[in-house]
Amino acid sequence: NPFCEIAVEEAVRLKEKGLATEIVVVTIGPSTAQEQLRTALALGADRAILVEADEALNSLAVAKLLKAVVDKEQPQLVILGKQAIDSDNNQTGQMLAALSGFAQGTFASKVEVAGDKVNVTREVDGGLQTVALNLPAIVTTDLRLNEPRYASLPNIMKAKKKPLETVTPDALGVSTVSTQQILRVDAPANRSAGIKVKSVAELVEKLKNEAKVI
Amino acid sequence: MTILVIAEHENGAVAPATLNTVAAAAKIGGDIHVLVAGQGVGAVAQAAANIAGVSKVLVADNAAYAHQLPENVAPLVAQLGKAYSHVLAPATSNGKNILPRVAALLDVDQISEIISVESADTFKRPIYAGNAIATVQSSAAVKVITVRATGFDAVAAEGGSAAVEAVAAAHDAGKSAFVGEELAKSDRPELTAAKIVVSGGRGMQNGDNFKHLYALADKLGAGVGASRAAVDAGFVPNDMQVGQTGKIVAPQLYIAVGISGAIQHLAGMKDSKVIVAINKDEEAPIFQVADYGLVADLFEAVPELENLL
Repeated sequence: NPFCEIAVEEAVRLKEKGLATEIVVVTIGPSTAQEQLRTALALGADRAILVEADEALNSLAVAKLLKAVVDKEQPQLVILGKQAIDSDNNQTGQMLAALSGFAQGTFASKVEVAGDKVNVTREVDGGLQTVALNLPAIVTTDLRLNEPRYASLPNIMKAKKKPLETVTPDALGVSTVSTQQILRVDAPANRSAGIKVKSVAELVEKLKNEAKVI
Repeated sequence: MTILVIAEHENGAVAPATLNTVAAAAKIGGDIHVLVAGQGVGAVAQAAANIAGVSKVLVADNAAYAHQLPENVAPLVAQLGKAYSHVLAPATSNGKNILPRVAALLDVDQISEIISVESADTFKRPIYAGNAIATVQSSAAVKVITVRATGFDAVAAEGGSAAVEAVAAAHDAGKSAFVGEELAKSDRPELTAAKIVVSGGRGMQNGDNFKHLYALADKLGAGVGASRAAVDAGFVPNDMQVGQTGKIVAPQLYIAVGISGAIQHLAGMKDSKVIVAINKDEEAPIFQVADYGLVADLFEAVPELENLL
């Protein structure tokens, strides 16, 4: 997911600055999700955890599984993307923050760790907002936080040797039952085909007399 | 069935998205209560009491709720929310920030950005950047939902006469603090509420050239938006971005200038009533959704359009 690439990149940059000692990358999904973990390891993560679950899970179940991993690993900072571009939910980071009792810095475009706090500049509707959060904290990334790097071939090779642990939701003691189900998925209503106008004058005439929107 | 709507407010006024959210609550049916949380929000509460269809306004006026810090506001909403069948908030940056935290505290799934109410427990929402519409049913005791404002016609801001009741609860988690903000100043209509939106893309070439769009927008009383390409290139600030990761708009008229029409951009504007595209590339995907397309150099067409209005 593009926002997750940005999250991995930010973690790697924090390590490069000497602010982070270890980067653990985690995902929840089928065994094929190991490929995404290997990619993150090639980008600079130190080790990976796959919570193996074959069914598609809702954000709350994902947040509960991540909470169990957070409890075990005790990170000071957890970085997630702000939303996945398939479900477009924009929930998991906030839910994980609630379950962990951590502060949250969502839609981050700048992250500055200083001592036991992190200053997060957030993209909000009217502009930018900066909050100071006590560590440990949750950050979710917005598009403009950074420009993710590409994995180099030597790093892809090295990533194959980095540790990748697999656990199950049962082993983490987490129930993934949901209060929500998708009844159906439809294509959105199609827009009827439009026309091409020949001139600006014709455009103005159509907008005034046909569409009546100006 | 009683529904709690979290009011969005700024500068001592109720934000327009609150009215669309109340409209969604009215579609669900039942009593509608509105929560106004903040600091010094007496006037907002009075304004909320005037919203048509609202029967009660809860006011949580406390320094802890200034700037809507989710660590403080979410426990308040979760505590109050237990007594309601539904908790709704607009899918604004505040709503998206706070409500999932509320849902997790209540141990229920959240339904994000609904665009229609099918019944009290079934809703429609777009997924895959608006390329599919999911119908979602919730069995949660409290249904926690964010509402896409463009999916619902706003209720009247006047005509109601709700009782206003103070809420004593003060949650201060002490985990976060507001440091500062940098808000873009604009005299033009707010993008998500504007009846006409003029947007520019990479084809504008630089930030200075946006002056052509501002001139056109001022003639039309329009808001000005941008594609991600224009924002990433530094032509205009981020808060002008229309699309999957920016703002969702559905004005009467959307004029896309120098925008190719990537799916991430279309996700933010394809519910506009009338779409006009001005682009010199006649193969640009934007023409597939435009009601009126003009293949032309924008630097000639936009000033000419402004002159003809």
